[in-house]
Amino acid sequence: MSQPVEDQPQSLQEQRPKRWVYILPLGLFTILMVFFFFGLGLNPQLIPSPLIGQPTPAFSLPKLSNPDELIHHTDLKGDVSLLNIWATWCVSCRQEHPVLMKIAQSKEIPIYGLYYKDAPAEGVIWLQKYGNPYRENAVDEDGKVGIEWGAYGTPETFLIDQKGIIRYKHVGPISWNDWESTLLPLISSLKE
Amino acid sequence: MIPELGHFALILALAVALVQALIPGMGLLRRRADWMAVAKPAALLQFILVLAAYGILTYSFIIHDFSVLYVANTSNSELPLIYRLSGVWGAHEGSLLLWVLILSSWTAILALFSKHYPIDMGAGVISVLGFISIGFLLFSLFTSNPFIRHFPAPIDGADLNPLLQDPVMAIHPPMLYMGYVGFAVPFAFAIVALVQGKLDAAWARWVRPWALTAWVCLTGGITLGSWWAYYELGWGGWWFWDPVENASFMPWLTGTALIHSLAVTEKRHALRNWTVLLAIISFSLSLLGTFLVRSGVLTSVHAFASDPTRGVFILAFLGLVVGISLSLFAFRAWQLRTLTPFSLISREMALLANSVLLLITMLTVLLGTLYPLILEALGGGKISVGPPYFSRVFIPLMIPVVFLVAVGSLLRWREDHLIKVIKQLRTPAVLSVVFASVLLLLLPGKVSFVAWFALLLTFWVINSCFVQLQQRLRHSQSLMQGLRRTPRGWYGMILAHVGLGFTVAGIALSSVYSQEQDVHMVKGDARILGEYRFELVGVERITGPNYQADMGTIRIDKNGKELMTLHPEKRIYNVRKNIMTEAAIHSNLMRDLYVSLGEQRNINTGAWSVRLYYKPFILWIWLGGFVMVLGGLLAVTDKRYRLQVKQEKIKLDTHHVTAS
Repeated sequence: MSQPVEDQPQSLQEQRPKRWVYILPLGLFTILMVFFFFGLGLNPQLIPSPLIGQPTPAFSLPKLSNPDELIHHTDLKGDVSLLNIWATWCVSCRQEHPVLMKIAQSKEIPIYGLYYKDAPAEGVIWLQKYGNPYRENAVDEDGKVGIEWGAYGTPETFLIDQKGIIRYKHVGPISWNDWESTLLPLISSLKE
Repeated sequence: MIPELGHFALILALAVALVQALIPGMGLLRRRADWMAVAKPAALLQFILVLAAYGILTYSFIIHDFSVLYVANTSNSELPLIYRLSGVWGAHEGSLLLWVLILSSWTAILALFSKHYPIDMGAGVISVLGFISIGFLLFSLFTSNPFIRHFPAPIDGADLNPLLQDPVMAIHPPMLYMGYVGFAVPFAFAIVALVQGKLDAAWARWVRPWALTAWVCLTGGITLGSWWAYYELGWGGWWFWDPVENASFMPWLTGTALIHSLAVTEKRHALRNWTVLLAIISFSLSLLGTFLVRSGVLTSVHAFASDPTRGVFILAFLGLVVGISLSLFAFRAWQLRTLTPFSLISREMALLANSVLLLITMLTVLLGTLYPLILEALGGGKISVGPPYFSRVFIPLMIPVVFLVAVGSLLRWREDHLIKVIKQLRTPAVLSVVFASVLLLLLPGKVSFVAWFALLLTFWVINSCFVQLQQRLRHSQSLMQGLRRTPRGWYGMILAHVGLGFTVAGIALSSVYSQEQDVHMVKGDARILGEYRFELVGVERITGPNYQADMGTIRIDKNGKELMTLHPEKRIYNVRKNIMTEAAIHSNLMRDLYVSLGEQRNINTGAWSVRLYYKPFILWIWLGGFVMVLGGLLAVTDKRYRLQVKQEKIKLDTHHVTAS
């Protein structure tokens, strides 16, 4: 049984893979490597947002709590505030969520949400379940506003001053440590 | 002084790795037996040196040597001993050292067994493993040296990430790494076969136990990781299609294809190039996994350590290793083509079909993991495809795989008759429909097609195992004799397939029938979930070894009778101030009751947010994983590998004389 079979039909000669098939894996891998190379160059943690020091990009989006009402970028003015980009499909947002809840409880700063590329109904249920740290959520269902804000992924958080100027951008989930050591001192200095 | 010794041992290990890679490698090409003989002592010496370095790092953790930067960053004087030991691999530098240690251990074990292989094969494999070791030792020494000191030493350390302060998390990474690194051995065998242009049934028999061992470790590692995510993250989920999870799942998919394709190559001498390609891909994916996790290319919950300079290094290394192997494949595999015919209805074809499906599944997971990266590289925004994509593509691909598992193992090699197979499978098919329907009706809750179909697949796999058993025993005189004569490898296969069935059933039933409630509860409040009544008895403040916690007491009643009391915790770790949810879970084969404590909502009323889950049959997901591991272990220990190793030796000793 384990002996190689000797009687090989001639017709099978044609069924053998062509030479280029053997080179295919190498080709695919080369393409992948090119993408990786550029991917590394664009490491999201390293890119400072070009929006820092700029006014917030304009938007008018339906509110998550009430789709008939709109929320505008101008609503963020007047207070130092955070804008947090999130979605229910984003695992890191879940990790971040308890920290946002604590920040909201501290009443240091209002948090606005940009609800990114997700179905509004899911977001409403999610917030009911896990608690709502947001003063208001703007629904960015197709993600167009997120792109204008230069969102690389979720979660991302922007610190916005009283005049609506972006002062700081945090990529990835905020830890309590980030809040205490980076965000809170910045907020205090902005409030002065 | 002692940490410097560890650093020095690592440098020496690099020097030895160079010798181990170059001299036997040259010996292989020049056909010099004396050069090849260097392989074994070099491999053993490298292992001792790496072990010494690892031991010294562990020692620095035990004695709280905070002058070592890595120890200061990942440990703390309050950290219990077991987490100081596991803390060694709690962050990047140490986990990399663990990677190297496991690689050198595999190499040393192989070196000890090397007399069972022809001298050129053994030397070649050790040489290839040496090259991989060089890469990782360079990486460790130049970008992630765990022995770097900093003065003055801090009074105390920054502590181990609390997510990792968990018994399962202590064994999950080494196990996963043993799997990842384990695929280096079949990979090395594949490279030597390509270089030598010699690939026969004996080759497949040498590789099989290694590939199986790696697969067992990877399966165990993934199962533990998923279980950990379930009870530790506090969200009741067990798989998130997170890039790091995908990174371990992709080599598993191709590794599974590899162990099956190896069987074909050994038994039938067919699919040789396919096997070689799968061996290369499986190890490449292990390297890719290391790259994805360590480079920070993808941001994810798991990526505790990321640094782009390290990413560039691994990318270059990945490019070199995979590039060279695939080039070798492109130019040499052509010459290794086989002409072992098999018909459309044959076991070879079923195994080939399944391994192709597994490879396609791997590619879709790869696409989903990398698509955000590719889009970004092309100038689009950074996006995340999320679980909806994965469940949409993964499930349709897995259905034919599970279906074919039952068919494939019943088919005969080379050629079989469709009518015969259909006749054989008629009874199990009918029984599967009956079992699935009856079980579904017995389950509480609505009748669900998804649950029914998954149960159907599960019973289909399990019933077909019985048909195989019956076939096997057909010619034996008595049941006991037949069972005793059946090799362990066969039992291993059956067990692994049954395990797969368990996992399929667990996934489907738990996702269809789970119930959950997220509620605010004050003391004395109760909620009903299924047949269970959850009552919050109270919440108290407790003090752990290195954390403070609010511990809830929740009583669960069924039919008015007290069933149990669960104690979920909300912990705040003293050093890092991380807030951790410790869910309380009661598991049995029928259902899990899962309680996790959220935030205190209102200090005046004492209301807490509490998550309550009722998850039927979820335990079967991991039970299936462990049964697969058990099956793999049985197959690895099959005595035919040992017996044939001996025969091989006799044959090769004579061969060796003529060769040199």
